[in-house]
Amino acid sequence: MPSISREEVAYLAKLARLAVTDEELDTFAGQLDVIIGAVARVGEVAADDIPPTSHAVPVVNVLRPDVIRPSLDRDEVLALAPAAEGGRFRVPRILDEPE
Amino acid sequence: MSDLVRLDAASLAAEIAAGNLSAVEVAEAHLDRIVATDDRVHAFLHVDADGALTAARAVDERRSRGEELGPLAGVPLAMKDVVVTRGLPSTSGSKILAGWRPPYDATVSARVKAAGIVMLGKTNMDEFAMGSSTENSAYGATHNPWDLSRVPGGSSGGSSAAVAAYQAPLGIGTDTGGSIRQPAAVTGLIGHKPTYGGVSRYGLIAFSSSLDQAGPLTRTVLDAALLHEAIGGHDPADSTSIDAPLPALVTAARDGARADLSGLRVGIVRELSGEGYEPGVLAGFAAAVTLLTGLGATVTEVSCPHFSYALPAYYLIAPSECSSNLARFDAVRYGLRVGDDGVRGLEEVMSLTREAGFGAEVKRRVILGTYALSSGYYDAYYGQAQKVRTLISRDFAAAFADCDVLVSPTTPTVAFPLGARVDDPMAMYAADLCTLPASLAGTPAISVPCGLSDGLPVGLQIMAPAQADDRCYRVAAAVETAVAGRDGRPILAAAPPV
Repeated sequence: MPSISREEVAYLAKLARLAVTDEELDTFAGQLDVIIGAVARVGEVAADDIPPTSHAVPVVNVLRPDVIRPSLDRDEVLALAPAAEGGRFRVPRILDEPE
Repeated sequence: MSDLVRLDAASLAAEIAAGNLSAVEVAEAHLDRIVATDDRVHAFLHVDADGALTAARAVDERRSRGEELGPLAGVPLAMKDVVVTRGLPSTSGSKILAGWRPPYDATVSARVKAAGIVMLGKTNMDEFAMGSSTENSAYGATHNPWDLSRVPGGSSGGSSAAVAAYQAPLGIGTDTGGSIRQPAAVTGLIGHKPTYGGVSRYGLIAFSSSLDQAGPLTRTVLDAALLHEAIGGHDPADSTSIDAPLPALVTAARDGARADLSGLRVGIVRELSGEGYEPGVLAGFAAAVTLLTGLGATVTEVSCPHFSYALPAYYLIAPSECSSNLARFDAVRYGLRVGDDGVRGLEEVMSLTREAGFGAEVKRRVILGTYALSSGYYDAYYGQAQKVRTLISRDFAAAFADCDVLVSPTTPTVAFPLGARVDDPMAMYAADLCTLPASLAGTPAISVPCGLSDGLPVGLQIMAPAQADDRCYRVAAAVETAVAGRDGRPILAAAPPV
């Protein structure tokens, strides 16, 4: 039995905001099933009492001095955006009803 | 081919400083070499000839004014496209960033410029550094200069191919699971992954933030040390940057070149051998071990039992971090936007944009990471992988109690043919088998050419404890010297002309 179904892959793609095609779903479901089967081997290791590592080199929060410094130029940044209007990023509709 | 492009970076810098060569003629020779060869190699995504010549002229002017130049001033460099460069294309090999010209420099870019290094352009790579062959680039594959029908490794395959093809003596790569060391091994170069935190990640387009590190790809160990010193060291803009001086890397490389490793304790990692390793690779590795013994090192075998689980742990941790990092590509602030017709909502535009802008491997990893992080699976996958990561670090610590460095082949196979693994993700992932433990432990590791298998280069990986990068350079330089002594020439000299 596969460890991940085509329907699960479709749901995960939706969560990840990927409008995958039917062909991709067919391909990815088979490939991800093989990959998940392989990576599931981590479960063979007895590690109940082992602390997890998020960063291999110990890190602590770093604060910078609270001083004003130049930021990126607004016009330069907006010129790189897919759409800008009135000195702001213009986004697609975010509410249900069109205006 | 101009003989000038065969010179290593240290020699070029010395000739420029002495006034025997101008930085402009050095840049022009390499730009000519790119024009003459890159239709076959396809190492570069963008060549910045004007910018390179401007930077070279500035070095020549500084010299004519009698200013002191840095140890790499005037030397050309190939920059991996994952490193953002102000005003120059920085796509990370992805269509989703086509046309984006970042408004700032990565710390690595800024330090390269400050050192007077002449950046020739941006090099090809697997999309967002996800891959081991550079075939996952949205802009076509790069070809291995040793054999144009084979891969140059990945994900830093553009930089490895550029340096191996004498298009540039210096290359910058990034290494998340082996993406500097594996390309170096399969193209006959030196490639070093620094200790995590040793080189700033500010301005690297993030793939897996707890693993990503930039580092050098070069034709000599000394050049790698020089470049590492130019880009490395503390950076307040990266909160994971180590706030301590770099070890003396150039000194270590020069010391190693004297070819005396008396008293050095070398451990062969038993788990990084055996099934899946080509006989030619294992023979090259065995010959390298013989060289180490001849250099005066004491060689023993060590066991790191959890290294066998590095691959499954990595392919949970890296996709999990990537699924989170790539959420920034939301079609709002930069890059591609698809389907914004005034009717579709944000969520649909975002989904259509990411579908159109990401390639297959990126989508696979984003979906895999989303799965591994989802409730109900988190503990079994991502959480368990993080525990295995702890155990791998403990294996290293135990081995380093008895050994100064650990060695293994860098890759299980030599460069494989283009197309051979693109439809089989697990076969592609296996290319990282030997490089993943040091990635997960955040420890430094270098690949140095040690032999040939059927005419293709084999790499020796040398691993050291965190912040002991100098040991990698010292031992690599000794091996480099011993290999040249054994063969009568460096490994790369065996490459057929492109």
